[in-house]
Amino acid sequence: MKFGILVNEGPYTHEASDTAYQFTKAALEKGHEIVRVFFYHDGVNNGTRLTTPPQDERNIVKRWGELADQHKLDMVVCVAAAQRRGIVDTDEAKRHGKDADNIAPGFHISGLGQLIDAGIKADRLVVFGD
Amino acid sequence: MTDEMMEEGGAPGGVVKKFLYVNRKAPYGTIYALESLEVVLISAAFEQDVSLAFLDDGVYQIVKGQDTKSVGVKNFSPTYRALEGYDVEKLYVEKESLEARGLTEEDLIVPVQVISTEEIADLMESHDVILSF
Amino acid sequence: MLHTVNKSPFERNTLESCLRHAKKGSAVLLIEDGVYGALKGTTVSGKVSEAMKSVTVYALQPDIEARGVQNRVLDGIKLVDYGGFVDLVTEHNATQSWL
Repeated sequence: MKFGILVNEGPYTHEASDTAYQFTKAALEKGHEIVRVFFYHDGVNNGTRLTTPPQDERNIVKRWGELADQHKLDMVVCVAAAQRRGIVDTDEAKRHGKDADNIAPGFHISGLGQLIDAGIKADRLVVFGD
Repeated sequence: MTDEMMEEGGAPGGVVKKFLYVNRKAPYGTIYALESLEVVLISAAFEQDVSLAFLDDGVYQIVKGQDTKSVGVKNFSPTYRALEGYDVEKLYVEKESLEARGLTEEDLIVPVQVISTEEIADLMESHDVILSF
Repeated sequence: MLHTVNKSPFERNTLESCLRHAKKGSAVLLIEDGVYGALKGTTVSGKVSEAMKSVTVYALQPDIEARGVQNRVLDGIKLVDYGGFVDLVTEHNATQSWL
């Protein structure tokens, strides 16, 4: 079955991103397909590579990136929500005259249309948030 | 938002699904109502069958008389009146949620269908994709 | 259909709102802080037991264990792991997340 995943909270403050990760991993292990993982609201904060948690803690950003790498996941950070919260890729940084970008490996920035598209293409869309 | 809508849109492969947006949160205290409305506007460009349900504190999103000047935040309540222009015309409000808050249909800024808890439950059952924020 | 609840019933009305809207035969999965709604001897246990006459209530075992409440789960509540969560989503036509 094809799944779409929506993550609406950032890492660490709320458990939503952890639950979404464990759910996505379990779905892949069961042989399901993940059409897209879409990060919205504060969920865009899952996509900054500047995150540096203590060594003995889970690295939520890196963990998502590794899962994406292993399974060729399409992980999209919403552009409008990302701009509000300071998550930018090279193009966005250039376009808005910022001195750096911070998007993490495995994530890319795109429009909200990608969420609707996931809803259309997936058999099931599951929302994780607060 | 406008740029995105020009770049995207149209139903991929001609598929039309029934999308239900469940609004249960009040505006301004958190950003969920505003960003949820942005998704609704985008989904209209994808020619999908869109319905909005307002229940619990979500009914406060569409009450008349919102004035945000002093808090310094944009008042986005007029956007609900503009939804009709995007062919988003199915707005449902739960009767019990209005009553619990001392509100009636006359207190709302946009024409809606007021329905019961039972009917909201039926609405959820009859949709393909449920987006709740 | 499947409903998920992730809030403690002692803090928000989320579980109550979910149970009012869950039709006969549907499934309710308690996750994250929502698992506090799965316990016996609380002020909401009665309401949840009553709901279990018409809906099936599940709780996410990893969240139950993390909170140290594994010995307090109400009789009749089914515990699932993340794989079980995935199965519940596939078995139902749509999922409503009560956030």
